[in-house]
Amino acid sequence: MSTAKTNTGIDTTHPAATTDKYHGMNGAQVFHELMVEHNVEAMFGYPGGAILPVFDAIHETKQFKFILTRHEQGAGHMAEGYARVTGKPGVVLVTSGPGATNTVTPLQDANMDGTPLIVFCGQVATGAIGSDAFQEADVTGITRACTKWNVLVKNVHELPQRINEAFHIATTGRPGPVVVDLPKDVTGAMRINRPVCAAPQLPGYHIRELGTSDQLARAAEMINNARRPIIYAGQGVVLSHASELMREMAISGNIPVTTTLQGLGSFDESHPLSLHMLGMHGAAYANWAMQEADCIIAIGARFDDRITGNLATFGRSARKASAEGRGGIIHFDISPEQIGKNVPTDLGIEGDARKNLELLLPMIKHVERNEWIEQLAEWKRKYPFAFRPDDRPGHMKPQQVVQELYNQTQGEAVIGTGVGQHQMWAAQFYNFKNPQQWFTSGGLGTMGYGVPAAIGAKLGMMIEAEKHGKQDRIVVDIDGDGSFCMTAMEMVTAAQYGIPAKIMLLNNDFQGMVKQWQDLFYEERYSHTEMHNPDFVKLAEAMNCKGIRCTSTADLKEKMAEFIACDQPIVGEFVVEKHEHVWPMVPAGASLDDMKLGVVGELAEERG
Amino acid sequence: MSDQYNTMKHVIAALVHNEAGVLARVAGMFAARGFNIDSLVVGRTEDPKLSRMTIVVSGDMAALDQVRKQLAKVVEVVKVVDYVGTDYVERDLMLVRIATPPETRREVIEVADLFRARVVDVGHQELTIEMSGTEEKIEAFIDLIQPYGIVELARTGVIAMARSEKAPGKTPRRRATSAANIPSGASEDNGIDPTQLPPG
Repeated sequence: MSTAKTNTGIDTTHPAATTDKYHGMNGAQVFHELMVEHNVEAMFGYPGGAILPVFDAIHETKQFKFILTRHEQGAGHMAEGYARVTGKPGVVLVTSGPGATNTVTPLQDANMDGTPLIVFCGQVATGAIGSDAFQEADVTGITRACTKWNVLVKNVHELPQRINEAFHIATTGRPGPVVVDLPKDVTGAMRINRPVCAAPQLPGYHIRELGTSDQLARAAEMINNARRPIIYAGQGVVLSHASELMREMAISGNIPVTTTLQGLGSFDESHPLSLHMLGMHGAAYANWAMQEADCIIAIGARFDDRITGNLATFGRSARKASAEGRGGIIHFDISPEQIGKNVPTDLGIEGDARKNLELLLPMIKHVERNEWIEQLAEWKRKYPFAFRPDDRPGHMKPQQVVQELYNQTQGEAVIGTGVGQHQMWAAQFYNFKNPQQWFTSGGLGTMGYGVPAAIGAKLGMMIEAEKHGKQDRIVVDIDGDGSFCMTAMEMVTAAQYGIPAKIMLLNNDFQGMVKQWQDLFYEERYSHTEMHNPDFVKLAEAMNCKGIRCTSTADLKEKMAEFIACDQPIVGEFVVEKHEHVWPMVPAGASLDDMKLGVVGELAEERG
Repeated sequence: MSDQYNTMKHVIAALVHNEAGVLARVAGMFAARGFNIDSLVVGRTEDPKLSRMTIVVSGDMAALDQVRKQLAKVVEVVKVVDYVGTDYVERDLMLVRIATPPETRREVIEVADLFRARVVDVGHQELTIEMSGTEEKIEAFIDLIQPYGIVELARTGVIAMARSEKAPGKTPRRRATSAANIPSGASEDNGIDPTQLPPG
């Protein structure tokens, strides 16, 4: 038999293998069966008319724990938090129309931060699509721009294949969100009555795992010849489980490491080679090091504008070195479109970070680089993250609260955040040691992410401990009053299912980060940034959680101990100074060279 | 560096799954990334499961590198081919209605004959002409007939195909583009000091 060879090289003459496994099942039963096949252990969501057949099929399932949230956005962020600490995809089940549109924010959040998220949503019956039926929305249309892939399943016979494709796309390459739209007749009425293809059919979806040996040899040569190399590590290191290899490479080559906000935990911050976080509110020494380095080794990071500042001056010395033919920027990334997107790259290596580092590591030579290492140690000693403590009641410094949490948890807690000043202080003052110890909304900057994400993360820890014998750790959402109020109602969910997530609320009765910009750039005109907050202790208690309040450094130790020891969901309100700013700071669009040091610089001068 | 060096026209062909929503996804990606499309043509291919999109897009090399990579990232896109620097055939099809009172009709038909264009409809004051060719040829024809008065004009946009090998083993070479060593367009000066802007 001859095979027609088309110019795509796709075999169109041999039909894909089929299976009879799903014979007789309706769509909802197929859905449940596939959740079993993919070993889904947790699902978050909210029922409604168009998805009822599926909810009926998962009633009393033994396969997974279903968490009924208070809002579909909460379900999406819980699934994200779950995914970030377990490394498994987060699964969401919601209804059509508003149920689906409420997941748009988590979808875009996952899209920006590379979080594997699978949203299954109901849809009106296929015959009613396009008729403006009750709770109808063009969900594939609405979510096209905020997903890695989406699909409307119009026939039950393609359902197994589509669900398998959804899991495959969400979890491979740069992970991301997918949406599977399920019309009510496909899940409720249609039954599979013939053998169907279940395997993904994705000829256009390729993931390149490895760079070429030439590229890797060139990378090793550039690194070995560099006098002032630096590793700039992003979340790709965490996602590909490359932390250990990166650590070995840093030590063996004597190369300092700075991480992005999402890369926190990929390198132990107590290690002498750690330069902590870089970027807008990153360490002064990390940003200076990026500008002075003659070879920047980016691993699984995407040169976000919050990292680079002004692109024209970013990586000043590396670009100069590149022009002189001796150094430059090396970029390892699994998604080719990230390479060269914002910053011209001298050497782009596509593929999985761990697999590439495995091959690169043996080629890295130990070089002393005394001058460079000493320079960085000097900057680190002189310009650490710093603040002026204040013992007056009501003026407690938020940084001190984060430090106290760090000290009392010995740096072992899993930490999440909302978005704003508290997020930056969490990143600066909690010293991370381990990958998957940190979840935050980086790219999209979604206020309200913290509460639900922490609940999802804590559930993930509990399931991992119960089913897979892993260590259960406490999960703390370091939050602000603005972010907390956006999704606080999900604490009711935490109480309903006994998920002891901890909310460490740094309350300054302001949208602090916006206020900081109003202080610095808008002459203290606080246009709609002041918050008149509820009594958070009473609110927590009303939601069947524990609530405690601390207003002064005098009680900080004791209150923090109580907060940590609590074994139920808890909101710990720490009333902090209103007028504190996050330092250092690279103003938006400015060069990393023009970083403003604030209190970090003042304290350095005072110490001399 | 001159604009001439930086900006060039690229003809990109993408083979895509023949499914609902794929055109919207590709067009949406172009819009979301701020790429300007000169033309986009979608049609069937020899394989009923696949459609072919031919996209003409202008930009500097770094931008075009991004276009190709972002296109390849779309799950439903099976294959992306960039024709710049290769030997390829491109055709654009045009229908044009020209005002032709009897006294100028002869002249217009003469010009059309020179371009191997065909008259497909005749009215008492108008002529409709069909022609196909490269964009340059069509532009030249339009310039010549402009003075007579164009009543209506429609073009399909460019479709393209690589030329076959002329001798065994001698394939037309395909240019490999990469982002390396290409100046980025990031330092664009639009007279705005970004440090003065609000958070964002």
